[in-house]
Amino acid sequence: MIKPVILWTDGLLFLLTALVVVFILYARGKPHIRQPWARIFRGRIAAASVVVLSAFVLVGLLDSIHYRLPLASNGNSSETHYAVEVLSVLDAVTGTLRTREEKSYSAPFATTLYVKETVDQPDGTQVRIYPRLQFGGAHLGDDLAYKSTDIMMRSGVSLLETLLAGALITLSLAWLLSLRHGCTARDMLRRILAGRTDVPWRVILITLGVLLFLIFLVANLASVYHVLGTDKVGKDVLYLSLKSIRTGLMIGTLTTLVMLPFAIFMGIVAGYARGWIDDVVQYVYTTLNSIPHVLLIAASILMLQVYVANNPELFETTLERSDIRLLFLCIILGITSWTGLCRLLRGESLKLREAEYIQAAVSFGVSHGRIMTRHILPNVMHIVLITVVLDFSGLVLAEAVLSYVGVGVDPSMNSWGNMINGARLEMAREPVVWWSLLSAFLFMFTLVLAANLFSDAVRDAFDPRTTDQQRD
Amino acid sequence: MFAYIIRRISYALPILVGVNVLTFYLFFVVNTPDDMARMHLGQKHVTAEAVEKWKAAHGYDKPLLINDDVDGIARVTETIFYEKSVRLFAFDFGFSDDGRDIGHDIRQRMLPSLAIALPALILGLLVNITFALLMAFFRGTYVDVSGVILCVVLMSISGMFYIIGGQYLLAKLLRLMPISGYDVGTDMVRFLVLPVLIGVVSGIGSGARWYRTFFLEEAGKDYVRTARAKGLSEPLVQFRHILRNALIPIVTGVVVVLPLLFMGSLLTESFFAIPGLGSYTIDAIRNQDFAIVRAMVFLGTVLYIIGLILVDITYTIVDPRVRLS
Amino acid sequence: MTDTLLRLDNVSVRLGQGDRAIRPVDGISFDIRRGETFALLGESGCGKSMTALSILRLLPFPIGRITGGHVWLGDEELTALPEAGMRAIRGRRISMIFQEPMTSLNPVLTVGEQIGEVLRQHYGLKGRLLVDRVLELLDAVGIPDARRRYGEYPHQLSGGMKQRVMISIALAGEPDLLIADEPTTALDVTIQSQVLELLQKLQQERHMAILLITHDLGIVAGMADRVAVMYAGQLVEEATRERFFAAASHPYSRKLFQSLPDVKKRDRALDTIRGNVPPLNRDFSGCRFADRCEEAWELCESRVPEWALAGEGHHARCHRVDGSVTAPVVTVAEKQAVMAEGSHAASGDALLAVTGLKVHFPIHRGVFKRVVGHVYAVDGVSMTIPRGCTQALVGESGCGKTTVGKGILQLIRPTAGSVRFGDAELTTLKGEALRKRRTDFQFVFQDPYSSMNPRMMVGDIVEEGMLAQGIGKTREARRARVLELFSQVGLSPEHVRRYPHEFSGGQRQRICIARALAVDPMLLICDEPTSALDVSVQAQILNLLKELQNRLGLSYLFITHNLSVVSYLADRVAVMYLGRIVEEGPVDRVLEQPQHPYTRALLSAVPTVEPASQREIIRLAGDLPSPADPPAGCHFHPRCPEAMPECREVYPDDFGSEGHTVRCYLYKT
Repeated sequence: MIKPVILWTDGLLFLLTALVVVFILYARGKPHIRQPWARIFRGRIAAASVVVLSAFVLVGLLDSIHYRLPLASNGNSSETHYAVEVLSVLDAVTGTLRTREEKSYSAPFATTLYVKETVDQPDGTQVRIYPRLQFGGAHLGDDLAYKSTDIMMRSGVSLLETLLAGALITLSLAWLLSLRHGCTARDMLRRILAGRTDVPWRVILITLGVLLFLIFLVANLASVYHVLGTDKVGKDVLYLSLKSIRTGLMIGTLTTLVMLPFAIFMGIVAGYARGWIDDVVQYVYTTLNSIPHVLLIAASILMLQVYVANNPELFETTLERSDIRLLFLCIILGITSWTGLCRLLRGESLKLREAEYIQAAVSFGVSHGRIMTRHILPNVMHIVLITVVLDFSGLVLAEAVLSYVGVGVDPSMNSWGNMINGARLEMAREPVVWWSLLSAFLFMFTLVLAANLFSDAVRDAFDPRTTDQQRD
Repeated sequence: MFAYIIRRISYALPILVGVNVLTFYLFFVVNTPDDMARMHLGQKHVTAEAVEKWKAAHGYDKPLLINDDVDGIARVTETIFYEKSVRLFAFDFGFSDDGRDIGHDIRQRMLPSLAIALPALILGLLVNITFALLMAFFRGTYVDVSGVILCVVLMSISGMFYIIGGQYLLAKLLRLMPISGYDVGTDMVRFLVLPVLIGVVSGIGSGARWYRTFFLEEAGKDYVRTARAKGLSEPLVQFRHILRNALIPIVTGVVVVLPLLFMGSLLTESFFAIPGLGSYTIDAIRNQDFAIVRAMVFLGTVLYIIGLILVDITYTIVDPRVRLS
Repeated sequence: MTDTLLRLDNVSVRLGQGDRAIRPVDGISFDIRRGETFALLGESGCGKSMTALSILRLLPFPIGRITGGHVWLGDEELTALPEAGMRAIRGRRISMIFQEPMTSLNPVLTVGEQIGEVLRQHYGLKGRLLVDRVLELLDAVGIPDARRRYGEYPHQLSGGMKQRVMISIALAGEPDLLIADEPTTALDVTIQSQVLELLQKLQQERHMAILLITHDLGIVAGMADRVAVMYAGQLVEEATRERFFAAASHPYSRKLFQSLPDVKKRDRALDTIRGNVPPLNRDFSGCRFADRCEEAWELCESRVPEWALAGEGHHARCHRVDGSVTAPVVTVAEKQAVMAEGSHAASGDALLAVTGLKVHFPIHRGVFKRVVGHVYAVDGVSMTIPRGCTQALVGESGCGKTTVGKGILQLIRPTAGSVRFGDAELTTLKGEALRKRRTDFQFVFQDPYSSMNPRMMVGDIVEEGMLAQGIGKTREARRARVLELFSQVGLSPEHVRRYPHEFSGGQRQRICIARALAVDPMLLICDEPTSALDVSVQAQILNLLKELQNRLGLSYLFITHNLSVVSYLADRVAVMYLGRIVEEGPVDRVLEQPQHPYTRALLSAVPTVEPASQREIIRLAGDLPSPADPPAGCHFHPRCPEAMPECREVYPDDFGSEGHTVRCYLYKT
């Protein structure tokens, strides 16, 4: 049997997922929450970015289910021993991508290494050649000319698979929707294809189709080629990029999860209670805010490094150590970013406490705790939501910068920041090793762009300045 | 006015004290000087003497808060807290862990930082305002919509990509300018063009989009309708009425970062090998030079607070509704 | 017809796109003659502002546009003009002033610059000439010390002054037509009368036409030459003022008159208009007023009424006016049953006794928040409210009347004074004891839009007070009580599970009243409960309040600036000026024979619908002083036409007799 491993960050991510699910169940009965969300999903750009985001989240979640494989038991020992290496479901899904390591750099779809090496010939002489890769294009044998045809063929197969799967999905969607709307599936299909549905299903399907094509393409090609090349120690760049998704998502979401309770509690209490409580909260966030964020993070991470270095007994495996560092980074980032939200919430609560409905509640003798939770909190949630989604993309980008500075995630952890950091020195190389860098940037760009587009839609839907005009 | 500034500075003192206490706590309480010494000396052969020696060499051999070995005022001053934290208030930054005079370094490295940051800020401001005005003027049309989408795309690109891409394309492939480096005198311009250009381009996305919202917000105000009802021409309405009001948040947003320009940009300076305070900070972080990091935290805070004071003063100048009292 | 200045011919406006587009203006035609005042009357949302904006082509961009019709200014067709041509019209031949003087002026430009702009644009004036002309204009609109005001910014001016600046901007181009969109709605009555008087004076001097847009029948009566009534995007009636006030013929116009509260209607329910204004995003197959009209019959639903002649220069859009239609006789049910006067047992059984109530707000400054002064919002107010009685508290904005209400309820803790409620002294009650006591007195707020949590269902909103006070042991009991309350205020049970935004203003105010009643209070403090509502809806709420008082024996403290509401509802009235009550007494005595010069000025300034009773308006100089720095002596003396030397020294005591007190030296005995 395998042995499940739950890291700190895994646990928190599952907690967050559970919270989101609970919120969705809760919001189903609240039209004032459902309405803006429905408005978001009616936007075409927003719907497409949600599909892309979901793909990233799926990868991140798969990569957060960790386990250790049992070692082959030797003889009659009743106790099973487990491998030291902790794997994730993503490793299982991507198959041999993890294990097919070359010696060093190789370009995308290459069959040889990127640099010449001195190779001993069978006859004892030495030559400088580009050695063949151990795995990349190994199935081709010596018929290297066949490579482009092979790639074309495999792409063609992927396209066919995509079309097939896409048609299947479209048909089942039409059937499902027709059950709900009470029309024939044929009718529904026609409406979807013509783009005449409330939710822009056509756009969603197209986005899904593109994603599916990429997945099939990668599945067909990556098993025999290094689609995005390999890095300095010969690891598959595609695999590294996929593994980095989890880090990016963690930074973007856990930071928020960590800071939210503080920001919400302190902001609302300060605004509602006023007086000395307000003064203290204001002092705390002004002080934290006046330290340049990078420096505060740097100082804290440096201190963590010293702590970890001096207390090595607390952290058993590298993975655990890097996991704690990731969590700590999230906390520090949370501390630097809660101040903004806290200030917004304080201001809004200060305004709301004078609102007539709060005054009415006071005049009924409703308790302070109840006023804060029942009246103020639901009416500032839109600010929280907008801040959270707006912060997400900034945090993902910040991870890369911090890793570059040297105060980001652990150097042993897969992250886009570490990929960029490792590859940037190779830019000076002639000819340039560009693929690691470009893959990291592309993955990051896709995630951040989708998040930005989505957050735009969220802001438009929830910001009272854009929605209040339709008050009656 | 003078009294006002004095009063404003006195507001700032408690914040500086707070920052100082926080950094003191982080650097000397979470990890003791012994920990730091061991860290710097390496894990393996750390003897008690070596630790003591390292601490004495770097001035960490005193008690943290109260020195019982001496009398009088020295009980408080002969301590790490006084020597390392309180002295910062006099801008006495002390020496770095490898023995350099931090104050001297800072003074020397401020100007190169400013030489990049200031032109980038001014050019960026002009470019962003122009783009934002354009989008706001054509609001609701495809110019606006595609402009906004372009902005979102631009701001989704990592800042490091702009730098690396720019260096590769303009300096390496097209050989228009040196990839990195710095020089004083007339040669400086040659080295500054690329970092400044990249600084401007990488800021367009968020800047222009942000300014656009200011313009749109003002464009919806009642007084703009009044201006139109007067029969004013569209450029007059845009520039005299809308721009003038929207400039208030823009200007104050710029003023707050002005002092921080001295601190330079970590990424730009590091990638372009510019001897400014940004690369100084990065090097300190990478070398785990705590003394420099502490000094930069304090300096950054001071500059930020100066920025806040400047904002208040700016408000009283640009916004007639805010008057000094 | 040579003196026709402006002619609207079948103008239609559309806002938005597609299915959700609304048509706030749907085929409007009227003429305005040179030098006349043409009033466009209507309730909120009827499209009157959009009509005005469409004349100047200033509809909100990019959602609004003119979809049909013509606007003729003399021989020029404005809808066909290029934008540049239109700019030569705006501010020069037609200018406009807006409802909100606070936001209609550019905050970062000086008054002089904003006026000068027009002169530079249309006359090319520069330098000295420009300044002189601006000063002349400021003088013309009665702004004292014009030279100083020239360099000031809008925020340094009071609301009335800002509206004068707006008027001077409008006058700068010497227009033929001035469009005034609710020019005085944001202002207090005494300031309103100043501004209206100014408009009349300027019109006579310059022979300028005015298109006056208003919802106030009183203003129409005082200002207009001709009147047009707008309803749901169309004109429903047009007549000369005399004819309109003597014989309004459209049922809607008549209802507007009948729903006005008035002292003569005290003993009966006010007339109301049932239902709501129909949404304007749909097509109409009949009369737009049909489903709210008591005189409607089948034809009204199925055929759109013609613009029928009802007399000389008098048209109405109603089948009953149209001679070619034979209308069935409808006897309007005599539902104006006399309301039983409640047992106003004012036999010394005081429910609430306020003595010397003071609420001072400290002004903080500096690092340590030193107190550098106080805003004397309420400065020694005393009153008693007997059981089952309605006490009105009247005053202009900023006089502290709302603070009195909140101070009594301990929503704001008073600085000094006593509030005795029954046997309890509220000012010393704290914590749980005060919380328990809150069931006895409740507040109804001014704005029904902001006084309910938008995130709660209205049933929960009404239930909340019961929950907090432990009324109703079980959920079922509370639910039953909520339903009972809903039917009491005229809402149906299925409304319970809806959210506040699904209701109209009047319905929301009903829910607020139900919420207040849920805890069985003895005293309701109503803070301008009808000022955000249209007249017809106001009448519904007033009827409800009156009925509830008769049924439940409630006492009301009715805080308002609207004197006609006071005359209809109140038993006693107190008039407040700058934190103090200047006159108090039975409503008929105070309103019929006002004693204090301020009360007299206030009463005279209220526009009334009876043109015959044109009283001499007592004009008050200047604005309300700041409550942070009230004038020495009698606070009113700087504006008082009858001020005497002693008024400047000491604040006067209570004078007067028989329950009618006045704080004025004129009545010193």
